[in-house]
Amino acid sequence: MSEPLLKIEHLEVKYGDLIGVADVSLEVPKGSVVALLGSNGAGKTTTLNAIAGIARVSAGKVTFAGENLAGQPAYAIVRKGIALSPEGWRLFAQQSVESNLMLGATPLADRKQIPRLIDHVYTVFPRLAERRAQRAGTMSGGERQMLAVGRALMSAPQLLLLDEPSLGLAPAIVDTMYDCFAALHKEGQTILLAEQSVDLALEAADHAYVLQVGRTVLEGPAKTMAGNSDVQRIYLGVE
Amino acid sequence: MSMTLVQVVIGGLLLGAVYALFSSGLTLIWGMMNVVNFAHGDFVMLGMYTAVVIWTSLGGGPWASVPAAAIVIATLGVISYFFLVRHIMKGPMLAQILGTFGLALFLRYGALWAFGANFKSLPDNLVGHSFVLGGIRFEGSRVLAAVVGLGVTFALHLILTRTQIGSRMLAVSENATAAQLMGIRPQRMQALAWAMAGAATGIAGALIALFLPISPTAGETLAIVAFVTVSLGGFGSVTGALVAGLLIGVVESLTAYLVGPIYKEVIVYTLFVLVLWFRPQGLMGKA
Repeated sequence: MSEPLLKIEHLEVKYGDLIGVADVSLEVPKGSVVALLGSNGAGKTTTLNAIAGIARVSAGKVTFAGENLAGQPAYAIVRKGIALSPEGWRLFAQQSVESNLMLGATPLADRKQIPRLIDHVYTVFPRLAERRAQRAGTMSGGERQMLAVGRALMSAPQLLLLDEPSLGLAPAIVDTMYDCFAALHKEGQTILLAEQSVDLALEAADHAYVLQVGRTVLEGPAKTMAGNSDVQRIYLGVE
Repeated sequence: MSMTLVQVVIGGLLLGAVYALFSSGLTLIWGMMNVVNFAHGDFVMLGMYTAVVIWTSLGGGPWASVPAAAIVIATLGVISYFFLVRHIMKGPMLAQILGTFGLALFLRYGALWAFGANFKSLPDNLVGHSFVLGGIRFEGSRVLAAVVGLGVTFALHLILTRTQIGSRMLAVSENATAAQLMGIRPQRMQALAWAMAGAATGIAGALIALFLPISPTAGETLAIVAFVTVSLGGFGSVTGALVAGLLIGVVESLTAYLVGPIYKEVIVYTLFVLVLWFRPQGLMGKA
């Protein structure tokens, strides 16, 4: 089997004395959608932030396309082809939707791609096209989530990291978001998806990992995980 | 309105445009990284001395000294950023205040050592003599200062609001972590902000050197004007600095004419306190 696009080995992240992630190992093959499951505080966000470079890796390896990224700054990592749609969106609230998208395209060396990418984002999220001149800070939660994902897509990433894209959104909007991810998957986009909602994630993913207090405790193909009683047990915290 | 009153208001607007320019550098630094540069007045003062050096050693007028001061003070800004500000930004607010205040003293006494304490001035006919237009008398140097001042302030505003690089700078100021996720290096943008602010401040210094006396302590009074302009306009807002600068210029001239020159600062600061009483964020600042 060929090397996976992303391979994490025994990742550890500390916040001072606090341990955010103790021991996480996972693989994301090219073209696949991998789900990272776990309850609140299991370390999903910290894992994604460590991959993107905004949380410092204290031990372990993050190998992307054959290169260890651990310790590199976030601005260098995104230029290598990993884009994060972060927790809490972190949009530039004072700037317009289109400016936010253009900022997402900053890492692109080939500026000629920008019109095509922006069209693509507007096709995936027509709502953003209607609001292109609006300030990001004045939009609804669903629209902000779309913008965060759209902005990450603007760097044409090899690997897209999505942090809880369903959090706090109305069910109808969640369905739209996941339809978009299915479409991106079909186009061959590699995605690592952190999600609290098990059913949603397992439907979208090929493979899944379950985190519990900062460790990977279970993994398997999404299809078999859906029927696994351990998954439910870990989620509910029942021993 | 009598002709004299028109003359006074126009004089105030001309002065205000220069206030706007040297305050926009201060407001840009604050808006970008929440640092108050207490050495700002001394940046203006060194811009003035750049004009003096260009005149005395090369015989160059404002056409040479304005670009030269822009380059010199922009360089000074970048050096201050990399060697001082970048480090004290991580510390408490007090470290920033004392750090930039220390820089102010260093520059002021450096100028005293290099240029001496005597007042210097440039010849008043460097920009041609005064002229009369529609019954109003204009002084060439003040008109030039106002026109260039407005132009540079407007250019700064356009760079920040209409260009990709401006958008990246604003992105860093709003959320430096998110900006890094976009592949933007925050330190580069902050250094660029210091260069732009320095260039604007240097230009302002070279322009006011045309009609104000130049001394190592000239920066003290100018710094106060800049702080009042910036807080009146709203910290971080270039358009705010423009409106407040023009307003202060006009109020100063009108008070000097209608009440008496010694009262002009009393009225300006009373107005300043009143505005901040009712609108603490300044005229154009965000609440």
